[in-house]
Amino acid sequence: MPSPAKLTSEDIRRIYRSLRLIRRAEEEIARVYPSDRIKSPVHLSIGQEAVAVGVCDALTGDDVVSGTYRGHATYLAKGGDLNAMMAELFGKVTGCARGKGGSMHLVEMSKNVLGASAVVGTTIPLAVGYALALRREGRGRVAAAFFGDGATEEGVFYESLNFASLHKLPVVFVCENNFYAIHTPLTKRWASEALCGRVANFGIPTHRITDSDVFAIRRIVADAVAEMRQGAGPIFLECHTYRWREHVGPMEDYEAGYRDRNDMETWRATDQLERVGALLDATTRGKINIEIEKEIAAAIEFADQSPFPPPEELHTHVFAGQS
Amino acid sequence: MSSPARAEAPAVSRESGRLLRYVDALREAVAQEMEADERVFVLGLDVDDHKGIQGSTLGLQGRFGTERIFNTPLSEDAMTGVAIGAAIAGLRPIHVHIRMDFLMLCMNQLVNMAAKMHYMYGGTVTVPLVVRSMIGKSWGQGAQHSQGLYSMFMHVPGLKVVAPSNAHDAKGCLIAAIRDDNPVIFVEHRLLYGTEAFVDEAPFTVEFGKARIAVPGNDITLVGVSNMVVECLRAQELLSEVGISAEVLDPISLVPLDFDTILASARRTGCVLVVDNAWTTCGASAEIIARLAEATSGGDAKPIVMRRMGFAPTTCPTTPALEQTFYPNPATIASAVHSLVRPKAKAWSPAPERAVLAYQRQFRGPF
Repeated sequence: MPSPAKLTSEDIRRIYRSLRLIRRAEEEIARVYPSDRIKSPVHLSIGQEAVAVGVCDALTGDDVVSGTYRGHATYLAKGGDLNAMMAELFGKVTGCARGKGGSMHLVEMSKNVLGASAVVGTTIPLAVGYALALRREGRGRVAAAFFGDGATEEGVFYESLNFASLHKLPVVFVCENNFYAIHTPLTKRWASEALCGRVANFGIPTHRITDSDVFAIRRIVADAVAEMRQGAGPIFLECHTYRWREHVGPMEDYEAGYRDRNDMETWRATDQLERVGALLDATTRGKINIEIEKEIAAAIEFADQSPFPPPEELHTHVFAGQS
Repeated sequence: MSSPARAEAPAVSRESGRLLRYVDALREAVAQEMEADERVFVLGLDVDDHKGIQGSTLGLQGRFGTERIFNTPLSEDAMTGVAIGAAIAGLRPIHVHIRMDFLMLCMNQLVNMAAKMHYMYGGTVTVPLVVRSMIGKSWGQGAQHSQGLYSMFMHVPGLKVVAPSNAHDAKGCLIAAIRDDNPVIFVEHRLLYGTEAFVDEAPFTVEFGKARIAVPGNDITLVGVSNMVVECLRAQELLSEVGISAEVLDPISLVPLDFDTILASARRTGCVLVVDNAWTTCGASAEIIARLAEATSGGDAKPIVMRRMGFAPTTCPTTPALEQTFYPNPATIASAVHSLVRPKAKAWSPAPERAVLAYQRQFRGPF
């Protein structure tokens, strides 16, 4: 991987911090999980952090992201509150969705993190619709839609690409291609691997990043977003990445036989967290690490101490204006 | 267009407004809300073509521009998602479908997202979305252009469902739907488009969850849904000629449902017939009857006689020879009422030619 050009030490520090926060928060979630205090299925992003961090670091706070049920990384990379996320996983009323959404439905509208969905591909057109509103608003804001390789098999993906391209909407389509839909590999699902070719047929510029290079992802998005703020239409990124843990739950699952541990080891050899960390001096890195450990411990403590929603909360928020 | 259906319009807003067709009431409601609130916009296949959804969107683009009313690819799934995305961004979309059958392609977005977002995101998101959809009938609309599928949406918490039966309520409900912060499934019926009622010119709302007693009566409570209100009103006229006094109720909105008004009427008349423009199984009629049964079973009160009518339990055929028996009509409704109110009397049915409604006779298709 080429060395990062035009990045300040502050940029590198910030990117490292974001990668590290996501990795460590999820490792702690995995550690806590067997205690049954987390009342939510968790789809961990460990190993996939670089995509969310690379994209979100190229956005401003005013830009919008939509994520997936494997969405901890997107939520945190966009600045979502760790306490509110942890409390949400614990089913507490202080959670970002008051304990009513859980890990698969993280949301924080104040940080422009649109709510995530468990139904694959469902949020793609929502990001496009949000971008329609942003284009009308005329302030140059953009929306990034994250989704997995499985979502590209849904009809709504192609419908959304067509509409976004037709109306030149400011959307960064980000496919986190980790090669598996739950446990089923691409080879059993795709007639052709030319995903970017499929997307390009809609008149959308495409980028294929096969090494998860966080700086490359960031640069591509930053360049494209600068043009979108001046009126350019959508772009598409296919970012290869790899899920280190099982599809859902805290464990590894290489003994299950559907994939090879060696594949993961190959990805781990170019782990972006390690790579970016190595660009920092040990003191700086250590200071960040300590801050992060404190934040995570505080978030778990916050989640533990927070109350569950009261029983009457079951019936609130069915309709807006009703509660 | 002349106004042959005038006499069939429910007696609402009698003293004010002017006679307006249902289709024009819809267009007026949208135009007034677009005028008043620039967040309101319209999208859907053919909303800006030369026919303008049977006239209900005609001329709006010339007035409000292509940014606020625009045609879409078919892509019902994604376009519903786009509308929801725009809604959570603060706009107020009206997504138009020329037939309700196409809503089946929107189910994922409506059921899994629009209905649930306010709840599953802990109240941090609202979805002020209106989904306009039209039910067709006759002239060979057949299997996939005639379905009244609203009960599927009634089943899911978080969606409001309204089915106005006349021009007055069409305008008032559509304005209320546009101003509502929740997703509203707005059910229109093609045959109602030409019917007229007195409608105020100034914007007004018809409150959801408030049924209207269209005609008061004592012997039976007739609950009609959507265009079946019109059919019930004609049945009521025919029944009055044989001395049966039917009270005709129009729920107007199905979610929320004004059950109290239905229950009070049923307790008073002791007899209920719910007539739906849909299949009865798991339908709006099933829901109303089930609630009545729950509310009135047990205790000392005299049991209430209850019955449902709706589509035949078949796919809708195109040939008129079969289609005419697929739907309830004023004759079959009146006959059913007669048998419920006078169970021991000889069966009675009005002359079929007296039960043909102007809006039915008038409709020449093709769409």
